Amino acid sequence: MHKLTLAEQLAGLAAKQFSSEELTLDYLARIERFDSRFNSYITLAPETALEAARAADAAYARGDAGALAGVPIAHKDLFCTAGIKTSCASKMLDNFVPPYDATLVSKLADAGVVMLGKTNMDEFAMGSSNETSFYGRARNPWGTDCVPGGSSGGSAAAVAAGLCAAATGSDTGGSIRQPAALCGITGLKPTYGRVSRYGMVAFASSLDQAGPMARTAEDCALLLQAMAGFDPRDSTSLDAPVPDYRATLNDSLEGLRIGLPKEYFGGALNPAMEAGVRTAIRELEQLGATVKEISLPHTGLAVPCYYVIAPAEASANLSRFDGVRYGYRCENPRDLYDLYTRTRAEGFGTEVKSRILIGTYALSAGYYDAYYRKAQQVRRLIRNDFVEAFKEVDVIAGPTTPNPAFCFDELSDPVTMYLEDIYTIAVNLAGLPALSLPAAFVGDKPAGLQLIGNYLSEARLLNIGHRFQQVTDWHQRRAPGLD
Amino acid sequence: MEWETVIGLEVHIQLSTQSKIFSGSSTAFGAAPNTQASAIDLAMPGTLPVFNEQALNYAIMFGLALDAEIGKRSVFERKNYFYPDLPKGYQTTQLAEPIIGPGHVDIEVDGVTRRVRIHHAHLEEDAGKSLHEDYHGMTGIDLNRAGTPLIELVTEPDMRSAEEAVAFLKKIHAIITYLDISDGDMSQGSLRCDANVSVRPRGQEEFGTRVELKNINSFRFVERAIKCEVTRQIDLIEDGGTVVQETRLYDADRNETRSMRSKEEANDYRYFPCPDLLPVVIDDAYIEALRGRLPELPAARQARFERDYELSAYDAGVLTAERAVADFFEATAAACGAPKLAANWIMGDLAAQLNKEEVSISAAPITPELLAGLIKRIQDNTISSKIAKQVFEAMWAGEGNADQIIEQRGLRQLSDTGALDKIIDEIVNASPDQVAQYRAADEGRRKKLLGFFVGQVMKASRGQANPGLVNELLTAKLDG
Repeated sequence: MHKLTLAEQLAGLAAKQFSSEELTLDYLARIERFDSRFNSYITLAPETALEAARAADAAYARGDAGALAGVPIAHKDLFCTAGIKTSCASKMLDNFVPPYDATLVSKLADAGVVMLGKTNMDEFAMGSSNETSFYGRARNPWGTDCVPGGSSGGSAAAVAAGLCAAATGSDTGGSIRQPAALCGITGLKPTYGRVSRYGMVAFASSLDQAGPMARTAEDCALLLQAMAGFDPRDSTSLDAPVPDYRATLNDSLEGLRIGLPKEYFGGALNPAMEAGVRTAIRELEQLGATVKEISLPHTGLAVPCYYVIAPAEASANLSRFDGVRYGYRCENPRDLYDLYTRTRAEGFGTEVKSRILIGTYALSAGYYDAYYRKAQQVRRLIRNDFVEAFKEVDVIAGPTTPNPAFCFDELSDPVTMYLEDIYTIAVNLAGLPALSLPAAFVGDKPAGLQLIGNYLSEARLLNIGHRFQQVTDWHQRRAPGLD
Repeated sequence: MEWETVIGLEVHIQLSTQSKIFSGSSTAFGAAPNTQASAIDLAMPGTLPVFNEQALNYAIMFGLALDAEIGKRSVFERKNYFYPDLPKGYQTTQLAEPIIGPGHVDIEVDGVTRRVRIHHAHLEEDAGKSLHEDYHGMTGIDLNRAGTPLIELVTEPDMRSAEEAVAFLKKIHAIITYLDISDGDMSQGSLRCDANVSVRPRGQEEFGTRVELKNINSFRFVERAIKCEVTRQIDLIEDGGTVVQETRLYDADRNETRSMRSKEEANDYRYFPCPDLLPVVIDDAYIEALRGRLPELPAARQARFERDYELSAYDAGVLTAERAVADFFEATAAACGAPKLAANWIMGDLAAQLNKEEVSISAAPITPELLAGLIKRIQDNTISSKIAKQVFEAMWAGEGNADQIIEQRGLRQLSDTGALDKIIDEIVNASPDQVAQYRAADEGRRKKLLGFFVGQVMKASRGQANPGLVNELLTAKLDG
C-alpha cells in the first residue's frame, strides 16, 4: 500500500479496497521497522493517528468522507499540533506541547488526513542538511551516509522511504525544494501568503511559506487544495480565490514558454546535474513547450541578501524563547540576566545562535543601513529580475540544487553549504511559487528540476509537473531496501 | 541668574477598545492575573498579530482632534529588548512612519495662551506587569495588560512651567475623554506621562541637558515632580555641577527624583519593520468618514456654553474641561431649566463634595436628575438656598430625591402669609422695646434693626420661613 501515491490511496479508500486503519497500521509498522535508519520522525502519534483513521473509515462508510480522508501524512515539527509536542528540533522546545493547531494542521485535519507524527528538521528550520537537529540527523533514504537536505529533511526522507504518504514542509530559502530534490520526491513552495503561517513556528516571517511534499505533483495538488486559502489570523495571507488545482493537471503544455536563466547553468553547477536537468527540459519541449535563455542578473546577490534578512527577522522571532513562559529554562537561575543568558545558551544549538548573532548585528545601530536596509534594496532588485523575466516567459526552469545530496560533515564550512541554496533562495526573496520535481539521477542520487512560476501560478506549475511525471518515471523510483 | 524651564512630554494613552491591539483578548481592567492573555499575548510559537481596526480608528480620531497630519501609510516596527513582561522579546510599535504626524494643542495658563506642538503620536502595544510583591523573592508576571493598545504622543519641548505641563495634560485628558477613546484614568494607568525637563538661563537659545522623569501618574505629581526636578537642576548648576542626561524616577512620598539609568546604559532597540504586519494604508475617504464621526470637542463646547447658556468664559471653561462634567451640566440644565444655577451648584457644592470624597462625577451619588430636582425647589421657593445645602447633603447620603427629603424632614419653606403673620405678631408683641426703637429710627437704621426681627422669625420658624416674604410682612407691620 505504501507504494501507492496519495491519489491512488484515496481512490483505494473510496473503493473500500483497504481501510484507513489498515493503511495507517502499515505505515506505523514501516516506521517501526525502518525509521531507525533515517531518523525522519521526532514524535510519533500512533493513538491519535489510529483514532483519525477509524474516523475516516467511518466517514467513508457513511459517505461523507473529506477530500483527504484517511491518508496518513506527517507534519514537519514546526507546525503546532494541539496536545502533541512541537519541538522545532530544538532543545528549547523539547518540552513544548502547544494548546492549539496551526491553521494548516487544522485545515488538513478537516479534510480528513491521518497524522502519523512530526518529522525531523534542522533546528528552527535553520540549515540545509538536517545536521542541526537536537534529535540527531535525519538520513537520506538513497544513502544513509548522506544528508536528506534541509530544513524539511525529515519530511523528505519519510516520504522517500515510504514512511508516510506525504508530508508538510516549510520553505524559507529552499527548505521544501532542496530536500525534495535530494530525496527524489516532489515539493512545492507556494506563493508567499498562499498558505497561512499561523501556528507555524517562525524562522523568517517575510520568507517562510508552508507547502506540500509528496511523491507526485498530483499529490501536491491534492494537499495544497486543502492547505491554501486566506486566514484572518495571518495578516500576510493572501485573500485570493483558491483554484481547483487538480482540474488543470492535464492541461496541454503546448505553447508554454520556458525561460532558462543563464545564471543558473554553468558556474557552480555540477556538470552531471546540468546534463540531467537539460534532458528533463527537453522532455518538456517534447510536450509542446518552447525554451529561451533569459537573465536574472542579480542572482549572485540572493544568498548574501538572504543571510542578512533571514537572520535579522529570526533574531527577533526567536527572542520569545526566554525561559519565562514555556520551553526550556536553565536550572537554578541566579537572577534575570542569568536566566536569559543560560536558557538561551543551553537551549539553542550552534547554528541557531550564530544566526541570531548575525541578525542582531545586522540590525544594530550603525550597521542597519549598511546591512538590513541595503539587503531590502537588493531584495527589490531580485524581485524585479523575476517581474521582468515573466514578461517574456511563463515559467523559469533550472536545477533545484547545484549538486546531489552531499555526505554528512562534508560541507563543514557554513558558507559553502549556504551556496547549495543558490537556486532556491531568490524565489523566497521574491515571494514566488516554485516546484521541485525528481528529474534525473547523478550517480545513485536523485536530482531535482525546479520550475519557478509567477505569483499564484501554483496550478500551472503543478500542471507542468504532472504532465512531466506522466512521461517520466523519476518519481516512481524507490530507494532500495525498503520493502 | 534667572532660569527658564523647558519641558517636553511623552504621554501614553491606553485606548478603550474592546479587544487588544493585535489579539482578540479583552482589555478590561482588574481581572485575575493572566486570565486575559491568549496564546498570542503569551507569544506562543507560531502565533501572529492581527491589527485591531478600532485602535486605528481611535488613533485617527485623536490625530484629527490635534489638528495633526494623519499618516496615509503607517508601519509597525519591532522594538527589541528583553524583559519578563514583554512576551515576544520585542514591542510592536511605530517609529519611522507613525499614524499621527505633526499637530498642536493650545493651552491657557494665567490668561496666557501657548501653542504646544505635537512632534508625532504613534500606536503601540502595552507590556504586561511585573509584580514584585508577595512572591517571596520571585517576580510574578501578569500579561493581562500585554497587548493593550496605546497611543504614545510626543510633544516638542514647548512648555515653560510645571503648570503648563499640567494644563497640557489636562487638555489631552479632555480630548481623549470627549472622543471616548480612553477612560483617561491616571490612577489605573490609562493615561501615563513622562516628562523631559531641562533648565537654561533665560534668554539662552540652546537647551540645557534634559532629564527624563518617570513614574508621575497624577496631575498633582506631574506638577510636583517637575518642580522638584527643576529646583534640583538649578541648585546643581548654581553649585557648579552639571546636569547629566539620565532617566530619573519620581518618589512621591519623599517628593524627590532619583537616578534610574544613565544615557550610557541606553539600549540599542534594533528597530525594524514587523514582517508579520502589513503597512497600514488609508485614503482620504477613510479619514473623512472618521472626521464625520468626531464629537463636539472641548473648545467648541466651551464656545457653545458661553453662547447658549450665557455662562462666563471662565465658567464655560471649567464646565467643559471634562466631558463627564459638561455632560452632567447639560443634563442638569435641561432638566431644571436654570443653567446658571446648575453651573453654580456643579462648580460649587458638587465639586467640593467630589473633591472631598475623591469620587468622579460619573460615580457621584447625585445624578443630574437629582440635582435638577433640588434646583427646581429653590426656584419655586419651596426651600431657601440655605436649606438647599441641607437637602444636597441628604441627597448625597442617599436619603432620596429633593422632594422626599423636604417632605420627610419638613423643610418646606413657610410662605403661607397667614402662618407667618401669626409668628410675626408674636415676635412683635413680645419685643416692645425693639419695636419702639425701630419706630423712632430713621430709614438707614431701620434696615439694620429689621435684621433682629427677621432673625427672630427665622428662628421661630426653624429656618423655614421664606426670607423675602418675612422681610415684606415685617416691614409692613412695623412701618404701619
